[in-house]
Amino acid sequence: MNEQARKPARKKVELDPRFVSYRHVWVFIESERGEVHPVSWELLGEGRKLADALNVDLCGVVIAGPGERGKGICAEAFGYGADKCYLLQDPVLADYRNEPYTKALTDLVNTYQPEILMLGASTLGRDLAGSVATTLKTGLVADCTELLIDTESRNLAATRPTFGGSLLCTILTQRHRPQMATVRPRVMAMPDADPSRRGEIVEVPFAMLETSIITKVLEYIPDDSRDKPNLPFADIIVAGGRGLKKPENFALVWDLARVLGAEVGGSRPVVQAGWIELDRQVGQSGKTVRPKLYIAAGISGAIQHRVGMDGADVIVAINSDPKAPIFDFAHYGIVGNAMTVLPALTEAFKAHLAQARKAG
Amino acid sequence: MHSVVCIKQVPDSAQIRVHPVTNTIMRQGVPAIINPYDLFALEEALRLKDRFGGTVTVVTMGPPMAEAALRKCLSYGADDAILVSDRSFAGSDTLVTSYALTATLRKIMESMPVDLIFTGKQTIDGDTAQVGPGIAKRLDYQLLTYVSKIVDVDLEHREIRVERRAEGGVQLLKTTLPCLITMLEGTNEMRFGDLDDLFRAARYELKVWDRTVIGIEDPETVGVKGSPTVVSKVFAPRPRSQRAEIIDLQDDSPKNLASTLLARMFTQHPKLEREIAKRAR
Repeated sequence: MNEQARKPARKKVELDPRFVSYRHVWVFIESERGEVHPVSWELLGEGRKLADALNVDLCGVVIAGPGERGKGICAEAFGYGADKCYLLQDPVLADYRNEPYTKALTDLVNTYQPEILMLGASTLGRDLAGSVATTLKTGLVADCTELLIDTESRNLAATRPTFGGSLLCTILTQRHRPQMATVRPRVMAMPDADPSRRGEIVEVPFAMLETSIITKVLEYIPDDSRDKPNLPFADIIVAGGRGLKKPENFALVWDLARVLGAEVGGSRPVVQAGWIELDRQVGQSGKTVRPKLYIAAGISGAIQHRVGMDGADVIVAINSDPKAPIFDFAHYGIVGNAMTVLPALTEAFKAHLAQARKAG
Repeated sequence: MHSVVCIKQVPDSAQIRVHPVTNTIMRQGVPAIINPYDLFALEEALRLKDRFGGTVTVVTMGPPMAEAALRKCLSYGADDAILVSDRSFAGSDTLVTSYALTATLRKIMESMPVDLIFTGKQTIDGDTAQVGPGIAKRLDYQLLTYVSKIVDVDLEHREIRVERRAEGGVQLLKTTLPCLITMLEGTNEMRFGDLDDLFRAARYELKVWDRTVIGIEDPETVGVKGSPTVVSKVFAPRPRSQRAEIIDLQDDSPKNLASTLLARMFTQHPKLEREIAKRAR
C-alpha cells in the first residue's frame, strides 16, 4: 500500500510494555573486506545528535570475518562519535550473506535492546534491514532524509520522500522497538573525525556453523574501480537530460566532464533510454549526490531528480525552457540550448584552467 | 517449475504533480502502471518457464482496479493471476503487506508447490525494497536480492546459481530451491505477448481472494491497525527561498554566457574556484 492512503495518526499510541527498557541508539557499521562504507560514518554523525537528544549512548555494530580489522573499524567509529561498539567476528561472517547477518544482528538486538537501529540504504543495508525488521516484527522506514526525536515519547520522527519524491511524509513507530531506519549515502553530512575520542569495545561471540547456512558465496568479482562511476562521492558532476535530444549529444556532457575531472550523471529518462549506464542515474530511483558543483544540461528538474541532487553546494542549470522547474532551485541558470551552451562552457573552463596553470 | 511473481500497480510517478495550494497529489489523469521494476521479475520467470516448462503465477495485493495490472501480466504470458483485495488491508505498511502476501503464497502452495518467488527490487511509489525480504523471512526462504543474472537452475538437485549485485562487486551465489529473488532492473527486456495470450488475458477469470480466503482471521492484524509504522504527517518539499540567478544576456553568444557564468560563480563562490583550480595540476 502507499503512504498517501494512510491516514495520519490521531490518538496517542503507547509503547508496548515489552519494550519499555529498550535504550540507546545503534548504527550498523557496514564493512566489506575491512572497507567501511562512508554512509556508516554519516549515520554516526546523525546518530550522535539523536543519542544526545535522548541522553543515551551511541553504539556501533561491526560484523566482519576473523581476519579483518574489526577493532580498527571500532576505533574509527569512536572517532566519528560512537561511545561503544559491539564487535562480532566469525568465519561465517566473512562475506555478506543475508542469513548469518540477519541472525547476528537480530540476536544482538534481542540481547542488548536498542531503541533505535539505523543502517545505510545500500544494497547490503536494504537487504539486511528488511530482513531484521521482519524477524523482529518492528517498523522500518526506508531512505530517511530527516530524523528527529520527540523527547517525551522517545519516538523517532522519520521523514522520507514518497511518490517518487513528490511529497514528504513523517513516519513513527510508536508501539515497537527498536525503531528502524535506513538513510541513503550522502543524504546526511559527513561528520569531522576526532581520532582522540575513545570508546568501549564489546566483543560478542557468534555461534553459527557453516554447514547450517544454505547459501554459499562461490565467487566475488570486485568491480573495476577505474571504470565504476562513484557519483555519490564525486565533487563535480555534469549531468544531462532529455533536453539533449539525441544520445550522440551526450558526448558534449562527457567533454565538459573530462575538462573538469567530473563524473557524468543523468536523469531517469536518459538512463531508461540507455544513453548512459544505470550507476549514473541521479534522483529518487537512482543515486543521491552532494557535489560541490552540479551542472545540469537539458534536465527539467522534476521532483524525482531534484531529491537526488538538492544537496549540491552550487547548481548550474542549462535549459531552453525559462519555465523549467530546475530554475526554481538551481543557483545559476542559463536559458539556452544545451547543445551550444555546453561546448561554450567547456571552452570557458578550459581557458580558466589554463590560466590557473600559468599562475601556478 | 512453478514461479510466483509478486507485482504492484503504482501511479506513474513520472507524471505525478502536486497541487501547489493544497499540497495533495493530483491523481487525475495519472495512469496506473505495473511497477516497472516488477517487469524484470516477470520476464525472468517467463524465461525460466521457456527453459524448464511449468507455471508462472502473478499475485498482487491492492484495490479492485489492480486487476488491470494482472491482466497485463497475463497478456505477457503469465498462466494464472490472483488479486488479494480486502478493505481491511487499507493503510498496510511493508511489514503487514509481507504478512498478507505470505498468507497468499501459503494458500497457493496448498494446491501447487512453489519453486521460486520473484519480486522487483523495489516499487517506484514506496521505494522501500522491504516487502521482498519480508516475505522471504516469513516463509524461511533463502533471500537473493538485486539478482542481475540467473546463471543456472538444477531442478534435479534443487539448486540455483545467481549473480547478485553487491556494494563493491558481484557475488556468485549458490542456494537451494525454493528461494525468493528480487530482480535488478535492466537485466532483461519484457517480451511482446502474443495474440493468443492477449485474448486469453481479456477473458481470463482471475482469482480474487479476500482476507478470509488467505486465512487471516483477525482484521486487526492487517491494515493501519496491524502496522507498526504510522504516518503522522504528509507535506510538500520546501521550495528553495530563491530562484536561480538567470544569466540571460539578450541575444548574446553562448561564449559570453559561459564566461559571464564563470565570472559570477567564482566571485560568489571563491572556494569552488579553488576546487576547480586544483584540477589544473
